[in-house]
Amino acid sequence: MIVRRLVDGVDERLDGTSFIRRNLGKVFPDHWSFMLGELALYSFVMLLLTGTFLSLFFVASPAETVYRGPYAPMQGSEVSLAYESVLRISFEVRAGLVMRQTHHWAALVFVASMTAHLVRVFFTGAFRKPRELSWIIGVTLLVAGIGGGFTGYSLPDDLLSGTGLRIIYSAVLSIPVVGTWLAYLFFGGEFPSAELIPRLFVMHILLIPALITGLLSAHLALVWHQTHTQFRPKGTPESSVTGTPVWPKFALKSVGLAFITFAVLAALGGLSQINPVWLYGPFVPYSAPSPAQPDFYAGWLEGILRLWPNWEFHVFGHTIGELFLPAVVIPGIIFTALALWPFIEARAKHDTAVHHDAQRPRDEPVRSGIGAAGIAFFVLLMLAGSNDVLAKYLQVEVDTLNGVLKVLLFVVPVLVYAITWWICRDLHARDSAPIAHPPRVEFRRNAEGGFDEHHDEARSRGDVAATQGDREQP
Amino acid sequence: MKRDERVVAAALGVSILAALTLFVVYVRGGNPQAEGALLALALGGVGIGLLVWAKRLMPHIRDETQPRSKTAPATEADREAAVETMESGVEEIRRRRFLSRMLIGAAGALGLAALIPIRSLGRSPGDSLVHTKWTPGARLVTAEGTPVTESTLETGSFTTVFPEGFEGSADSQAVLIRVEPDQLQLPPDRIAGAPDGLVAYSKICTHAGCPLGLYLAATHELRCPCHQSTFDVLDGARPVYGPAPKPLPQLPIEIADDGSLRALGDFSDPVGPGFWEQA
Repeated sequence: MIVRRLVDGVDERLDGTSFIRRNLGKVFPDHWSFMLGELALYSFVMLLLTGTFLSLFFVASPAETVYRGPYAPMQGSEVSLAYESVLRISFEVRAGLVMRQTHHWAALVFVASMTAHLVRVFFTGAFRKPRELSWIIGVTLLVAGIGGGFTGYSLPDDLLSGTGLRIIYSAVLSIPVVGTWLAYLFFGGEFPSAELIPRLFVMHILLIPALITGLLSAHLALVWHQTHTQFRPKGTPESSVTGTPVWPKFALKSVGLAFITFAVLAALGGLSQINPVWLYGPFVPYSAPSPAQPDFYAGWLEGILRLWPNWEFHVFGHTIGELFLPAVVIPGIIFTALALWPFIEARAKHDTAVHHDAQRPRDEPVRSGIGAAGIAFFVLLMLAGSNDVLAKYLQVEVDTLNGVLKVLLFVVPVLVYAITWWICRDLHARDSAPIAHPPRVEFRRNAEGGFDEHHDEARSRGDVAATQGDREQP
Repeated sequence: MKRDERVVAAALGVSILAALTLFVVYVRGGNPQAEGALLALALGGVGIGLLVWAKRLMPHIRDETQPRSKTAPATEADREAAVETMESGVEEIRRRRFLSRMLIGAAGALGLAALIPIRSLGRSPGDSLVHTKWTPGARLVTAEGTPVTESTLETGSFTTVFPEGFEGSADSQAVLIRVEPDQLQLPPDRIAGAPDGLVAYSKICTHAGCPLGLYLAATHELRCPCHQSTFDVLDGARPVYGPAPKPLPQLPIEIADDGSLRALGDFSDPVGPGFWEQA
């Protein structure tokens, strides 16, 4: 009876024609790749839950104190209150370390699954009209996710995070005309200012989560309203969608996936150590860890910095810092091009139609080639971002490795494009023109002991099932 | 009970047991590995239970095909009407030209006023990026405040130095290196600031501002751990490899009568990466 009253109540208020029935019966198409976006959503939920817990213990202050906690190697060291509170969360707050590590793992999975989701949407053409806005919001969410991750791992005020912050500060400083002012306003003065940690904290726990929550809601509302793209079953029109009704089957599956995501994150958080800031030590401005590696999603940015030539420009008595192109302009171009891709492609193909079908990558060789080349480009940049570690592992000079990577960065994407294009075109051609059945020829032994050929035109065109059926006859 | 039902029941059972065990672990003092593993079992049990339930125990709920849109597409007339409504509203406001311009002026002025709080976020850069804490006569000390003397360093070794009273200062950090005096190839006006093979450079990389942590004594090179920029200590810290575009500024020093090392003044150039106001 409670359900009855609830349904009546909602219907009377929102829509006379059964708002609830319409939405509970809504169908969602099913394909394994559609779960990637859900993974991102559920890891964000995990981020909110664990992050709220952490925010109750974290002290966003650079004020100095002497560490007197249970972690023996650090006892008596001068550390900031921020760093001390992270050690307290890790060693003294019960279940604190699991929460902290789960939070960090969830951040990595969040960005990784958003990236995978973006790749899926790209290769299946799911960004096409009318879903361009979802795509742009999605790219913005990715940027916000990276921002959330970066501000997060900068908070503990350990040696590694301080180094990353200094590089960002230097990048802002390099912007022509307004760079120094921007850097001073944003970072509260010359690096490292006392304002830095409180500001990062506000960005990390208020501004960025609020932005992500807002954009995420819009993203989901758009999917709900515009319906999902799909690999359309034969015999249904493009204006229809085929899938599992939301209630109860799809809901149960999706909630199940949510719990499995949570489970994997909790297992990682408990069993796999991540960002052990007590080993890195507190931030001091005159020291940097070696080798210094950022979280994976910043690796490609780090790679651009490491490979970019040492160009500094001097114009009219002013300096445009070396970092401006690799750290500001290039990432800006990459994300802008990514966000505008639906419009770039539509214009190139003179395509103004509305599409609801997901495409197979093979049916769009040019797009698939560009996508694959882009992935190769990012992978190479990520390798460049860890060139010192890689050089040690391969036992070559960093110099040599950088030289090779610079060449590969131009050659490999072109090759990958060509190969992908060729494979896609070939697969596409095979699909659209299946190999014709060979003419059926029978050899029959004749009375003289030789063989006669018997052609059977009618049967050679018969379908496989009929042919096999024939053979089964004794 | 059917097999699939048993699977669901077992998964949910594992979840219940794990969650209860989690209580015990927590009450007995906690253990990160056990907490993570039990939490994973408790959450994963529910997850697997629900997935198997949906996939195996609901075979009768089949996929359905629905129209994507429940409403009829807008007609040309609908769109015309929408444009009409929009435009008539704008026209209604623009009709009073003076007032509408005042409105735009008010919005613009408010927008400017809203920028004022942004100015409060940080002080003016001024010339703070050009100067550091080094002044003529400042004694060179280590991060712990111990004065550095002419005998502190062996040839081929290096240490990080600060102006006395500003130990740990980010922009004033410098590396002091001792090399064979006759190997130094500094310009004539700089050689006086590097007495007896003792030469000091800013420790901040001119690329992205990381502190230069590695000194390769064999080749007399300073290397940045962040992006591998490498500087030739003998040749005025000229960049010889990597993305750093310019040499490390030199800190001119002298050996005082008491054997201590003192700065002759500030660095030869602004320290760290390039910025607009830099010449």
